[in-house]
Amino acid sequence: MKFEDLINKSGEWLKGEGAYSEVVISSRIRLARNISKIPFPHWAKKTNRERILSLIQAAAVKCPSLKRGLFIRLDQLSLLDRQFLAERHLISHEQIRDNKERAVIIGEKEIAGVMINEEDHLRLQIIFSGLELQEAWRISNKIDGELEKNLDYAFSPKWGYLTACPTNTGTGLRASVLMHLPALAVSRDINRLLQAVAKLGLAVRGLYGEGTQATGNYFQISNQICLGRTEEELIENIDRVIKQIIEYEQNAKKVVLNKSRSEIHDKVFRALGILKNARLITSQETIGLLSTIRLGLALGIISEKEVERRKINELFIITQPAHLQKMGKKELNPMERDEKRALLIREKLAHI
Amino acid sequence: MDCGLWNNLWTVVCFQLLSETRDEMLCQICGKNEATVHFTEVVNNQVSELHLCEDCAQKKGLSIQPHFSIADLLVGLINLGITPPKVEEAGVKCKNCGLTYAQFGKIGRLGCGECYQAFQKGLVPLLRKIHGSIQHRGKFPKKGKRVLSRREEKPPSAVEKFKAELARVVEQEEFEKAASLRDKIRALEKKEQKEK
Repeated sequence: MKFEDLINKSGEWLKGEGAYSEVVISSRIRLARNISKIPFPHWAKKTNRERILSLIQAAAVKCPSLKRGLFIRLDQLSLLDRQFLAERHLISHEQIRDNKERAVIIGEKEIAGVMINEEDHLRLQIIFSGLELQEAWRISNKIDGELEKNLDYAFSPKWGYLTACPTNTGTGLRASVLMHLPALAVSRDINRLLQAVAKLGLAVRGLYGEGTQATGNYFQISNQICLGRTEEELIENIDRVIKQIIEYEQNAKKVVLNKSRSEIHDKVFRALGILKNARLITSQETIGLLSTIRLGLALGIISEKEVERRKINELFIITQPAHLQKMGKKELNPMERDEKRALLIREKLAHI
Repeated sequence: MDCGLWNNLWTVVCFQLLSETRDEMLCQICGKNEATVHFTEVVNNQVSELHLCEDCAQKKGLSIQPHFSIADLLVGLINLGITPPKVEEAGVKCKNCGLTYAQFGKIGRLGCGECYQAFQKGLVPLLRKIHGSIQHRGKFPKKGKRVLSRREEKPPSAVEKFKAELARVVEQEEFEKAASLRDKIRALEKKEQKEK
């Protein structure tokens, strides 16, 4: 696999399959690990960060699940390429600017990824399409086991895995589920629901993780507690809450369809009309309209034979600024991007 | 679990997340282009917003900067007096990496794994605040055990594990389970005393 090949494919997590894929876009497990005694990346000197890079790269090469992956130093990429990786959820937004002695390992089909020298020395992430937390945990546990054979993790029997930020101490595990909740958002119940979720020790965030807003009614739900429970308990807890939210969303969909059938039909077909005809479109507007199309799919207003869910999921990613520029192989100003974006969407939806 | 403060903060975040599609507005810097980049900041539960066009945001270097992070929140948590860095604590320094407790209070991040031992006094209550517990119950690295036994750190005993479990079930109001755990702990403690 080469870096330039990434643009021609999309990650496995966008395929729109797996359990409850109507409501759940993806399930992600992240494990935070650090090497014993060496200062954490933000506090380490350049030489120590270089040492971490080579230690982890050496361990990954010996790890059956990662050895065929792509190892990329972020300080050797252009700003555009780093933005491209962030849009694909392969690196964090902080790493777009903060790229010295940092690297990423991208596994096959973009299921497994390793960020090196981000907030922690090593962050392993596994992303699957649909609600597949258990499977994602099984794989991350396996890779973690392979890596630890060759790495000395900072660990205490009392406090577990020791991380740069005390919010991750313990299991170092963050399970997060990206949900699309358009019906609950329409019915306004989402306000109360999200408050309840926060009370259960879970955090709610927007599409691109920490610090981003929920555009297009996408919500990322993740555990805040990492210490004092086993990994399985943490995952069961969030899995239970997610299943409940799915049920609420599905009920809300029925209510919405009963109460305001023609308004919803109108909204969906107008969204389709704009997407199929616009000549200039911003990414903000695109996300909103695609979200409406996804609602139309879920309600059966548009049939899945006409538009595959995978195609809509992919459009969310490939219409973002860095993706458009990578595809066009040149830098584009905001106006040129809006034009290119509109063209791309028209092409993708031409058959409807 | 006492997480009132977190909940308040998260509620604020949730409200932000809920703000639906905005009306069209102009950039607050140039006043010409439509504002397409929106920033929200929460400082002491006060939400302030900034709406910019992409060009101005990029000029300010803001377009890719997140406006809210856990570390910021945590710094807030420490400053709000949940774990007041005591005067004698503030000067404590980690022997391995040189970070002082006062510096930790400022940046919200530890310097290395050894800092946990060095800053125990202040960290334990903070960890309890964040996680509702201070005893790890998840997986152990296979390699770590060997390293740790060298450092003379003991893994938690059966009694300690039961106690942690007890705290958890009490919190979840599973009192039948709690009663049976309490009996197990008593039995084990009796046995240990006899052995002594």
